[in-house]
Amino acid sequence: MSGFRDDARAWLAANCPASMRTPIAGEREWVWGGRRATFFSDDARVWLERMAERGWIAPAWPRKYGGADLSPEDTAILDEEMRRIGARLPLKSFGLWMLAPVLFEFGSEEQRLEHLPPIARGRIRWCQGYSEPGAGSDLAGLQTRAVLDGDSYVVDGQKIWTSHADQADWMFCLVRTDARAPKHEGISFLLIDMATPGIAARPIRLISGASPFCETFFESVRVPAKNLVGRAGQGWTIAKALLKHERALIANARDAATAEEEPLETTARRYGALGDPILRDRVTQASLDGLCNTLALKRSAELARAGAEISMFKYYGTELSKRRRELRVELAGFQGLGWEAPGFSTAELEWVREWLRSRASSIEGGTSEIQLNIIARRVLGLPDGGK
Amino acid sequence: MTFALSEIEEQVRATTQKLVREKLPIAHLRALRDSRDPIGFSRERWRELGRLGLIGATVGEAWGGAGLGWAALGLVLEECGRALAPLPWLSTIACAFAIERAGSDEQRRANLPAMCAGERLVAFAHEEGTRHSRDAIATRAERAPGGFSLRGEKVMVLDGHVADALLVSAGAADGPRLFLVAASAPGVVIERTFTVDSRNAARVKFDGVAVGEADAVGRAGADTARLVDALCDRAAIALSAEMLGGLEEVFERTLAYLKTRTQFGVPIGSFQALQHRMAIAWCEVELARAVVREALVAIDAQRDDVPLLACAAKARAADAFTLCAAEAIQLHGGIGVTDELDVGLFYKRARVAAALYGDAAWQRDRFARLKGY
Repeated sequence: MSGFRDDARAWLAANCPASMRTPIAGEREWVWGGRRATFFSDDARVWLERMAERGWIAPAWPRKYGGADLSPEDTAILDEEMRRIGARLPLKSFGLWMLAPVLFEFGSEEQRLEHLPPIARGRIRWCQGYSEPGAGSDLAGLQTRAVLDGDSYVVDGQKIWTSHADQADWMFCLVRTDARAPKHEGISFLLIDMATPGIAARPIRLISGASPFCETFFESVRVPAKNLVGRAGQGWTIAKALLKHERALIANARDAATAEEEPLETTARRYGALGDPILRDRVTQASLDGLCNTLALKRSAELARAGAEISMFKYYGTELSKRRRELRVELAGFQGLGWEAPGFSTAELEWVREWLRSRASSIEGGTSEIQLNIIARRVLGLPDGGK
Repeated sequence: MTFALSEIEEQVRATTQKLVREKLPIAHLRALRDSRDPIGFSRERWRELGRLGLIGATVGEAWGGAGLGWAALGLVLEECGRALAPLPWLSTIACAFAIERAGSDEQRRANLPAMCAGERLVAFAHEEGTRHSRDAIATRAERAPGGFSLRGEKVMVLDGHVADALLVSAGAADGPRLFLVAASAPGVVIERTFTVDSRNAARVKFDGVAVGEADAVGRAGADTARLVDALCDRAAIALSAEMLGGLEEVFERTLAYLKTRTQFGVPIGSFQALQHRMAIAWCEVELARAVVREALVAIDAQRDDVPLLACAAKARAADAFTLCAAEAIQLHGGIGVTDELDVGLFYKRARVAAALYGDAAWQRDRFARLKGY
């Protein structure tokens, strides 16, 4: 056994609170950090602080950015050791997963030093400003404008589907800096402090009820020009790189979430649905498809794929997730039709909301149809038909 | 590492690719079909695979095999599947496995080295009904002077018409049993059948065939039931690897066609309706690749989830092959339904392969039972 594995194991044994080694009970137990961080327990706060102090929120990053400078091998060992004891991730963070890779690739050293350490310590919470009411699948059609005025950009417009915008401290945002350039070339990538005057965020109610999604409005918002990442007009290139991280994230998250869910056959048995050969077969089909999807993810990771192939998991994983959630409420029969107590258990009401929420999964982060376009053109090399 | 190939595996694949490309093109299958060849495959090419050590890939070196393992064998089968090569793989893999695992040293000596060399064929005479079953065995092994008397009728005995011996499942007073019987034994009646995929199987009748205790493979009862399960699981996984090659090939041929065929002045592959069908099929190809490889590796690692993975691999390979071959016909348009084009041969092979050793619905049912529901 390597020295690092011994050290990591001993440190985790001494520092990971017992309650942080149990499965997550629900979204309310997630820790997002930030200036207005909330913790559902003291253990959750302690766990984040200890890991942040050690640089193990972002273990592979250089120390100057708040990491621990671990080699890829030691990073993998740390991950294995955390899984071994069932340790929860101390922090969920769009900054860590989505923005940081962009700053490493396109950001200036000054931007990295300003933004990466607070991300690695969980002190700043980020949200993503991409979609607009008029720019969904056609993301490059976005209209939010940023006009240079002295040493600031003045931002006007509206974003939608900005997850947690009402809780976030900063937003990484796509804006149009050149209205006359071809649409893909006039876009820039801007970092915006959500405390700046002129920004308002409003949560959106979904078919599943309350949601983390928001509408965000910008009115004459002044953003220092130094917050531009990369060059003006380079935003689309950066956005595409980031979307790939997002797709991988959604795909992996779906797979991990499925592993934590109650097996469908357990639900089926509880509600007496296994006696129906058709329902039983659908349960099995979903189970087999989930197994194959997990194996394909494993294969993709092992072969170090990072290109357009990732779209497969966004497409297949979300379609499978929709199918599973719909099947679960079907298996529950009348008990899968509730909206409020009494008469329905907490779990039953949660299933109904998960089922409705899952309809968004194949829309957000690029619709299933966009993923199929990407596979057809970038993986299979089929000619672009212009649409 | 599960999915990355080892150096030896790369070599195995390259060797097979070369042989298949040079000597086993689909034209070879067509020639055998059109001439109603009495054997149905080329013994010479089969022996060549034997000389390369590939037939006995999963057989131990003590018995004339190469001990390369199932993951390596899977690559050989995948390449053969790409060419729809009509070779007696399934019968050989299944019977060699049973003989090596449960046979007597005498049976191993008499069969395995010759099988690995491609000189001897043993066929698995097991199925009786209209679809796959592991335990519905009506063939009886009645006690008789000096041993047993076999009576019953088997169907879909792959390569049964050219086999030198048959591995027969039968019910005896002490439970299910397996026997090795010479094809030339008195009372064995073999009738060749021609299947839709231009391959060979046979109906075999056992009309009071005398066998001795020394012809039994393994112990009677639960041991034999487990052996039949293990044999069928491995055959199903091997067949899945062959099907993977078939579905990859027919998918790639369709993709190439979409890039070259023009209508309305543009390549038809530029139409989004067709692009999405191909993208969905590609996802199925990827899922099949992952689960087939995992299943093969699981056998090599002697993992206890081999039965579950056999179900998963066979069900996925069957559905994906059927989808890819059916899409190939539709996307090729009119020429897709002509005998001249090869894609129809893939479609036919998909149908037969899907049914052998349990179709997708059968696999899902067994998966559920293994999971306890």
